[in-house]
Amino acid sequence: MKALELRDVEKSFKKRRGEVVRALDLVSLSVGKGEVVGILGPNGSGKSTLVRVISTLVLPDRGEVEVFGIDAVRHPKQVQRSMNRVSVEASFFKKLSAMENLLYGAKLYGVTTREARPRIAEILENVGFAQKRALEPMEHLSRGMQQKIALARALLTSPVLMLLDEPTTGLDPRSKKDVQAFIHRIREAHDSSILLCTHDMGEAEELCDRVGIMVDGKILALEKPEELKACYATNGRIPTLEETFMAATGYSVEEASAEKE
Amino acid sequence: MRGTVKPLWLTEMVAVWGYVQRNYFLTKRYFMWEVVWLVYVTINAMAITYIGAGAAEFGNIAINTERYMTYLLVGALLWNYLSMLFDVLSETVSWERWEGTIEYTFMSPSSRITHLLGMGFYAVVYGVLQTALTLGVCYLFFDLDLSRANYWGALLVLVVCSVSLVGFGIVAAVLPLLSPEKGQQVSYIVSSVLLLVSGVYYDVSVLPNWMQAIATVSPVTYALEGGRVALLEGAGAAELWESIRVLLVMGVVFVPLGIWVFHLGEVYAKKTGKLKRSG
Ligand SMILES: Nc1ncnc2c1ncn2[C@@H]1O[C@H](COP(=O)(O)OP(=O)(O)OP(=O)(O)O)[C@@H](O)[C@H]1O
Ligand SMILES: [Mg+2]
Repeated sequence: MKALELRDVEKSFKKRRGEVVRALDLVSLSVGKGEVVGILGPNGSGKSTLVRVISTLVLPDRGEVEVFGIDAVRHPKQVQRSMNRVSVEASFFKKLSAMENLLYGAKLYGVTTREARPRIAEILENVGFAQKRALEPMEHLSRGMQQKIALARALLTSPVLMLLDEPTTGLDPRSKKDVQAFIHRIREAHDSSILLCTHDMGEAEELCDRVGIMVDGKILALEKPEELKACYATNGRIPTLEETFMAATGYSVEEASAEKE
Repeated sequence: MRGTVKPLWLTEMVAVWGYVQRNYFLTKRYFMWEVVWLVYVTINAMAITYIGAGAAEFGNIAINTERYMTYLLVGALLWNYLSMLFDVLSETVSWERWEGTIEYTFMSPSSRITHLLGMGFYAVVYGVLQTALTLGVCYLFFDLDLSRANYWGALLVLVVCSVSLVGFGIVAAVLPLLSPEKGQQVSYIVSSVLLLVSGVYYDVSVLPNWMQAIATVSPVTYALEGGRVALLEGAGAAELWESIRVLLVMGVVFVPLGIWVFHLGEVYAKKTGKLKRSG
């Protein structure tokens, strides 16, 4: 059984002036148990929509989504229990402290304060987050620190499937490294399966077992990084992942990660 | 690192506590604002009560000032409490959207019933405390006509009415799911219409017929009716039964209706991508 399996998933959104955007166009993909799958794609290619469909926040128009063999559309409750997510924006109660936000997040998954506290301590220790700063309001923390708390929130509920939607976008190089190192550790230490959407080629190459490229709602290729690169080899020269991405999407990396709208 | 498996009812209880505790944390964080709000509410209730003191000057009909003031104060306090319940519930969605936490709340396995009832429970506890404090202050200030008051009866009306108001609020909470901005605007209008038609500061019978018609479906009308006869006339259980019966029916109708409508709204929002749109 796969950790995650999508078959021919489609999702369109209606825009203001009656136009329809195909955010997901016959997407099929699977993530094995303990596997880390990366999705690289320019802005608006449908990465976040993919994550939302899996996390039951957006209902697909067609196709199937299964998390550990359970249909996510028909049995959202069961599926929700087994996954969690980190998104680009931190999404916390800004005035509450990190600790308060974490305790709240944990309770929604049935984890009591007593169970959560030792684990919060352990996780914060692991990400190199000073315990006493956990008592400050979220809005006093830097983006990098907030993102570590977001990872902690996700981990607290022991998800078997982790959805990471650009977890390091907008972080300074130092925080980025910290967060990536942490994802690396999750990968080693827990039996979680991870779907990682990113603009960052290095991140994808380093953290992922397989990498897919997404353009206009379609997943073009989903291979081991070396194989993906080999597909786009010219005259026997293996391109970098960056060059591969450009060749596949027609976008430069800068364009792909440019600030939205 | 799997957590031990808990029975479903227990995880839902933990989640209810999660919502209640989160709201408590927020109240604590905004403590100064809570104090300011309490002062505002109290002064507002006092100002309205003084209308009663000044009423005798207008015309030569004798007015039972004490009774009129008590009548107004009961209206001010009950309205403050009930409108607060309605607002807290109806803002459930818009508020989390504003904080940016809505997707995390909606993707968690805790059920929507747990979520909405957790919000309702906190609002009731918070509202009862606030109203008690306000009443205490007003008690010191005014000579109120509470000699015959049946406090237990009034409390019973309050409790039953809280349930139907929570249901009413849940129905309104769905609006921001359908249309993020317009939805919240509509629920403010609903709240103000309730104030106008429910006889908060005057008897419903003074209103034009079409307004009286709206009043019959407002739980606030029956809460005020019941609350007033209990506090002013010392009405017993038998006399209060009429108001309580209607409120019970409304509670039984509005709470499940609200939860059902909310569910439909949630499905619609998830289909059209209205839950949140960014990232
Ligand atoms: N809730 C929504 N309502 C309307 N249109 C949407 C919604 N969500 C996504 N879209 C549209 O679907 C397309 C894919 O968007 P999505 O956010 O999934 O892309 P993305 O790959 O995550 O982009 P980014 O890198 O900018 O985060 C875009 O054209 C977007 O405008
Ligand atoms: Mg995105």
